[in-house]
Amino acid sequence: MFAKLYDWIDERLNVTPIWRDIADYDVPAHVNPANKMSAFVYCFGGLTFLIIVTQILSGMFLAMYYVPDIVNAYKSVDYITNDVLLGNIVRGMHFWGASLVIIMMFLHMLRVFFTGSYKAPRELNWIVGVLIFLVVMAFGFTGYLLPWDQKAYWATAVGTNIAATVPIIGPYIRTLLVGGDTLGALTLTRFFAIHVFFLPAFLMILLAAHFYMIRKQGISGPL
Amino acid sequence: MREEGVRPRQSGELTRRQFLTYALGGTGAFIGASILAPLVAFSLDPLRKTTGARFVEVGGVGDFHEDLPKQIHFKVTRTDGWIQGEATMTAWVIRKGRDILAMSPRCTHLGCQVNGTVDAAGNPVPSTDGEWWFHCPCHGGRYTKYGINDPATPPQRPLDVYEVKVDNGKVLLGPIHQRTV
Ligand code: HEM
Ligand code: FES
Repeated sequence: MFAKLYDWIDERLNVTPIWRDIADYDVPAHVNPANKMSAFVYCFGGLTFLIIVTQILSGMFLAMYYVPDIVNAYKSVDYITNDVLLGNIVRGMHFWGASLVIIMMFLHMLRVFFTGSYKAPRELNWIVGVLIFLVVMAFGFTGYLLPWDQKAYWATAVGTNIAATVPIIGPYIRTLLVGGDTLGALTLTRFFAIHVFFLPAFLMILLAAHFYMIRKQGISGPL
Repeated sequence: MREEGVRPRQSGELTRRQFLTYALGGTGAFIGASILAPLVAFSLDPLRKTTGARFVEVGGVGDFHEDLPKQIHFKVTRTDGWIQGEATMTAWVIRKGRDILAMSPRCTHLGCQVNGTVDAAGNPVPSTDGEWWFHCPCHGGRYTKYGINDPATPPQRPLDVYEVKVDNGKVLLGPIHQRTV
């Protein structure tokens, strides 16, 4: 049935070459775990991406119930956790996933470092990788405030005060992060907007660049 | 080369490529489903929730009359997600012999609020439109004082009714239902 539907579309639009171009890529022997088990380290980038996809999906679903407002944020997270069907599972996916992205991303980075893959001509992709790293850390920092519980509040108090220690511009950075001089309603709305709109947009752009460069330059050779 | 080990493929037998495609596709589908299943269930939660309507006392049997419906307002606690609020409900109540009929003011056409026939002070008065006592401002729907619709106007069923309990001469109203007759 699907084959027929596919053929029907393909006859009209000739889509085969489009996906073949992306999918027909011979995995080099030295990155194939079927040849040498230790090559699984080359899977870390893909696994990081898989978890980022689940973060985006679970985040979209959490946003169905979450409210970024100081009166309701905690109550809505409490409602998600205790009242919504499988709410603790979905929140758990997002919560544990947040740490897992960072762990996987770090392992991926270590692989790139120890295989020397950051060297010419792939320096630019290392730089893009560092930007991705920063964006993911920012996801963690902004997301942590959203449940608006004691842990969230004081972690953000500490984090924004650390930002304030930057020489000269520090206090201005803090004011912009906090949205004023007290951590409150404006901080929560800012962090929410950054977490669900700005950062996902940056991340998409950076990942697109990352993957484009990988295909253009191919995976780095064996050691 | 173990050439002698190769035997011709039977028709309908899987090729290596097909086998790998199914194995890989199956694994991928399993991973995808295990991520998506809890998310979908999560978003379907509203289907599981019911409005836990409790019965609320709205007065004594003697407060209601047989001649004309009387409008009453009463408060119910309503759960809206994590917000517990009071909502004001309205009913038009008339007595029919020993039975109490408590009608919802929600027009059965498209949900506007119907008006009863009342004087300037809001007290019910006899209709000036023959047997039609409730009038809907939206598309001219009209109903008798018992909430029976005029089939020549848009509403095609009578006004919905509250579940009524009479306990020791006290009238209690519960959830709203469509009439069965
Ligand atoms: C790499 C990506 C991401 C990371 C590392 C991340 C991290 C976090 C963290 C640490 C929390 C706090 C969780 C808690 O304490 O319960 C959180 C909450 C939240 N995130 Fe994300 N997030 C990511 C992507 C997204 C995306 C793409 C969206 C939506 C489009 C999103 C929406 C939300 C929402 C609505 C909450 C509040 C719910 C809650 O606190 O349980 N997240 N995130
Ligand atoms: S909503 Fe009452 S007549 Fe249409």
